[in-house]
Amino acid sequence: MDAKDILGLPKNSLPIPQEKKSRPPKDSQRKPDGISREVYALTGGLAPLMPAIDSSQLKKQPPKDEKITWQWLPFTNSARKDTLQLYHWVRVVNGVPPTGDYSFAKYNKSVDIVKYTDEEYEKYLNDPGWTKEETDQLFDLCQQFDLRFIVIADRFSSSRTVEELKDRYYSVCRAIVVARAPALGDISGNPLVKEPYNVSQEIERKRALSMVLSQTKHQERKDAEVLAEAKKITESRMAAKVAEESELPVPSNAGPESAERASFPGDTVSPSSNVQLPSATVASSALTADNASTLASLRMLRVYLRTYALDQMVQAASSSAGLRTIKRVEQTLQELGVNLKPRVPTKSVCAEHLELRKEILTLLNLQKQLQYKEAEGSSFRDGSYADTPSTPKDRTFVPDMSFGGERVGKRDQKRKAPGRLSEAPSSPAQSKRPRKLKASEL
Amino acid sequence: MSHLTISARKQGEYQSDDGASAPKQPRLKFGKSAEDTDKKGASRRLKDVEICVPIVYGTIAFYLGRKASESQSHKWTVYVRGATNEDLGVVIKRVVFQLHPSFNNPTRVVESPPFELSECGWGEFEIAISLFFHSDVCDKQVDLYHHLKLYPEDESGPQSTKKPVVMESYNEIVFPDPSENFLARVLNHPAVIVPRLPAGFNLPDPVPIENLHEREKGDTKDHPHSQWFMNFSEADELLKLAAARQQVQAHIIKLRRQLSMMDGLPQLSKPPTGYEFT
Repeated sequence: MDAKDILGLPKNSLPIPQEKKSRPPKDSQRKPDGISREVYALTGGLAPLMPAIDSSQLKKQPPKDEKITWQWLPFTNSARKDTLQLYHWVRVVNGVPPTGDYSFAKYNKSVDIVKYTDEEYEKYLNDPGWTKEETDQLFDLCQQFDLRFIVIADRFSSSRTVEELKDRYYSVCRAIVVARAPALGDISGNPLVKEPYNVSQEIERKRALSMVLSQTKHQERKDAEVLAEAKKITESRMAAKVAEESELPVPSNAGPESAERASFPGDTVSPSSNVQLPSATVASSALTADNASTLASLRMLRVYLRTYALDQMVQAASSSAGLRTIKRVEQTLQELGVNLKPRVPTKSVCAEHLELRKEILTLLNLQKQLQYKEAEGSSFRDGSYADTPSTPKDRTFVPDMSFGGERVGKRDQKRKAPGRLSEAPSSPAQSKRPRKLKASEL
Repeated sequence: MSHLTISARKQGEYQSDDGASAPKQPRLKFGKSAEDTDKKGASRRLKDVEICVPIVYGTIAFYLGRKASESQSHKWTVYVRGATNEDLGVVIKRVVFQLHPSFNNPTRVVESPPFELSECGWGEFEIAISLFFHSDVCDKQVDLYHHLKLYPEDESGPQSTKKPVVMESYNEIVFPDPSENFLARVLNHPAVIVPRLPAGFNLPDPVPIENLHEREKGDTKDHPHSQWFMNFSEADELLKLAAARQQVQAHIIKLRRQLSMMDGLPQLSKPPTGYEFT
């Protein structure tokens, strides 16, 4: 808006002849009181949504009857254990300094640690795994460090795990609370009593947390896939159950196949629900949600051949790819020295083969992306550069150059581009042409 | 409950067999649950227990040499064997080999292991192999196809009568939800791969298939042709696949890095190539 001012452009879309009349009245309308016009114009001539300052406050003057002085005075801090006196500036009103404690003293919080006597220790707190010295030291540290068990575990003389320390501390507190309480009913609401510290559960919980934290992206993806598949399966079962129920009153209409299929999930769910093995999810953990339906349909068969299963899975995985891409995948497989159809199609070999195909698909997609990006980038420079002598004009490559063999050093030597593109050659003029990117161009 | 299971199963078997089984005393025909409406046998099916039977099928052909005639130059055998040469009879009831129509009775049925068939001939053709399983295993058959190979790859010199031409294929028959009885029967059989079951998993006592005890051994460990059997080890293939995957993954990482670098510097393009390099 200010720029428009500078440029002399109209602030609003009013046509020019009207503008001169409308501007001065508008200006005086919009300018609020309390701020000079220039300052207000800095905000773009618009008021903020929520007025940050009440404009009336700006003109307010302090009450005339108060005499304010600022004095350098000593003060004490009730949060301190000693009687150190420091000095600071104090706002004195009419000669009367402010009263009250140091304003920050209230922030000195600490935890109330239970203090047990020696008799109480003898009576209630004896534990074979802990000596009295250790327990005393533990409680000292707890007091000192405000129950920060990580720090306490670090400072503890003998090496105890955090869970052990917590366990000891909480059981001692619990025992004391129980011992000191006149009746059990009084303390049944106390969280120490209600939910005692469970060491094994804590260890397990932390281990599970760390596992979740340290999951690689790969595992996260797998888990998401498993969940998606499980969801799909339950949904299909629900649908099948609904279909089954809705088909019962009209048995003649429903085709025998669909009824049978609908009853399969029903049959398999109820009788075998109590023999489902934990390996159930292991088998499916390797599949994407796309393949989940393939797997489900395979399970519907009473018997199938491993090669058939692999074919189905490969088809499902390549369902989004065009014929050309599939050909390129197969070409890549050949270059890698892998049989298009595994010679020994065991379960693990088929799984690996499938994964390899999927990875090759990913690779080809990335190559395509890179190609597009390059084309984008080089479209700024229109063929002003000659071809490098190292990039042949026609894109015929010896197929086995990239995988397995040593790359003939031409490209690596000549390319000094920072790190990238050492393997994706192109000159600007050519990158615009949609090239058939062979798998060897890696 | 086990009574119910067994009798229901027996009933089912009685129906599906061609009456070849000895008549059984029907126990507890009545009072069955709705399970008997499933005519596949009322023993429970186990989801997610995958029974896998690795097999090898193929042909072996010997040149007859001096004894060869125009129409019978080779003696060949087509067979289905366990991948580790164990007895497939626990799973497979019979195998039907469908030969070229020029053969007499081209549909040959082999009722007991070892499941093989020998013939003499001169021509190569496709043999259809159909596997039929025991009733508690599966009602559906599995079809395999194999091209009979008589002539070796390298046609150099005369054919040898000593060295046969062998073509074998490896495959695995997968039963994704086997019946309890089947599982119980094959649980520790060497021809069958069964996943590890959880502790305390209870299976009913297996009901044996009839005629099983009558057969002689059906494995192919001492088969006369066993010296020619090919070896199928997944180790090599796994190694190769693992190496290939590593390569591909490395390339993927590199490309991703390149892409992210490009994203970070959108205007950065390749240096003018014509100037810097000779």
